[in-house]
Amino acid sequence: MELDRKAVEGIAHLARLAISEEDIPEYAHNLSNILNFVAQMDAVDTSSVEPMAHPLKMAQRLRDDTVSEPDGRDRFQAIAPSVEAGLYLVPKVIE
Amino acid sequence: MHTKTIAELAAGLAARDYSSEELTRAFLQRIGRLDPKINSFVTVTDEAALAAAREADRRISAGEAGPLTGVPIAHKDIFCTDGVKTSCGSRMLDNFIAPYDATVVERFKAVGAVMLGKTNMDEFAMGSSNETSFYGPVKNPWELEAVPGGSSGGSAAAVAARLAPGATGTDTGGSIRQPAALCGITGLKPTYGRVSRWGMIAFASSLDQGGPMARTAEDCALMLSAMAGFDPRDSTSVDQPVPDYTATLNGDLKGLKIGLPKEYFGEGLDGEVAKVIEAAIDEYRKLGAEVVEISLPNTGLAVPTYYVVAPAECSSNLSRFDGARYGYRCEQPKNLEDLYKRSRGEGFGPEVKRRIMIGTYALSAGYYDAYYLKAQKLRHLISDDFTQAFEQVDVIMGPTSPTVAFNIGEKKDDPVTMYLSDIYTIAVNLAGLPGMSIPAGFVGNRPVGLQLIGNYFDEGRLLNVAHRFQQATDWHARVPEAFA
Repeated sequence: MELDRKAVEGIAHLARLAISEEDIPEYAHNLSNILNFVAQMDAVDTSSVEPMAHPLKMAQRLRDDTVSEPDGRDRFQAIAPSVEAGLYLVPKVIE
Repeated sequence: MHTKTIAELAAGLAARDYSSEELTRAFLQRIGRLDPKINSFVTVTDEAALAAAREADRRISAGEAGPLTGVPIAHKDIFCTDGVKTSCGSRMLDNFIAPYDATVVERFKAVGAVMLGKTNMDEFAMGSSNETSFYGPVKNPWELEAVPGGSSGGSAAAVAARLAPGATGTDTGGSIRQPAALCGITGLKPTYGRVSRWGMIAFASSLDQGGPMARTAEDCALMLSAMAGFDPRDSTSVDQPVPDYTATLNGDLKGLKIGLPKEYFGEGLDGEVAKVIEAAIDEYRKLGAEVVEISLPNTGLAVPTYYVVAPAECSSNLSRFDGARYGYRCEQPKNLEDLYKRSRGEGFGPEVKRRIMIGTYALSAGYYDAYYLKAQKLRHLISDDFTQAFEQVDVIMGPTSPTVAFNIGEKKDDPVTMYLSDIYTIAVNLAGLPGMSIPAGFVGNRPVGLQLIGNYFDEGRLLNVAHRFQQATDWHARVPEAFA
């Protein structure tokens, strides 16, 4: 499989990654190589195999629906790029 | 003091041969003097280390000390450390001062271990050579032009160079075992769920596991005893008692059944590395073990399977880095989408972006069944190979890495070749099993690691098997000349 420029741009958009124009050919080349490499998986018939959900075949543990973490808002917002009145600031979303 | 193991340092502290403060100062001085040669630390926490050492000295005087009280260690910069920069080797987190301690860090603090600083690593633990770090490559103390392995390359190099007697690491596809092998130290990746992942920055959540890196199996046993155990804050943490790993180190190996997977000794394995591994296996025969050939027929599928599962989980985990709440934010974003795209595009390095894109592609509409679901099915086959093998044998052995350390820059531009350097370690993560690497010899001046793979929760046996080898050999005691 060979990913073209348009495919790389599409994936980068889905991943919300800005990549520069001149890097696209290299991404196309490397990503295509990786996908061709993982295509070795197709050689095995897995129609009767169950997917592995957990290495120890354990179910996800549930906990009571109660507050277990202390309020750390001030500490967490102290390292935020931009906050005001306890809110995280990002560029305007609705004009 | 830097030549001593953790067990020896603990004995010296208990006997008051030196204080923790003296010990900590000695290691801090060594780091200051020698780390510029190898770049193994991202952050050195001098003042906090000395304060912790004085507190440890008080505990020792008061008779409240445990085996790690006052012993200096380093943490891989993937573990959150309250009030200390936690970069994960990335520009994305270059400004991130963690607001809490990871469970592993908290546990070492609770027993009075002294943190010297945070070690360099491949960006977000994605790499096998430490070349993807935002802070530049770590160099191998044995030969400075060689890589130390990765992703826990800073921890491995720091221990090998005697800048810290022990360090934490994490292993998603070999990131403890491969650098341990390439730097000539001992490293253990525990069973999935044995050590809490809380506060350990996530790469691939179904594979990630923290573990100890030190010079000896005995030291790894001491560290694992402190690290392991149930943590309600990690939903995949296993609620099972933690044995005293130091109590079972000396068990006799007579009658131990060792399986050698024929797939681990075939094409791709360097001939000189193979000789070292064969000599190590002979040592086990002398210790009374019985060696049989086994087969893990799906070995060849492990790397392709991993490079679907790990990128898929990484693309999901790393979506949290959005430039909004913490970490890197681009200058003057035009709108919200621009904020996301440029913060992530500028904050992540090329290998991380590649893996996010592979994972995004594999999980995108119409491709899920062909990639992620297929990989999870193959994972079952790979895991079943081990289950069957452990019906016949107690421990599986083979090389940790197909070659000794390669040179910096040698594989950097070819991701697939780089991925294949983890060919013997990756299946262990896919199956969730515990694995170790121990020093087994050298090719030229570059170390070779012997890999030991155990059944689920059989860390005690792995440590015992490794310890007995280290009683009979001295590969683990060799020191790189420039750091003696």
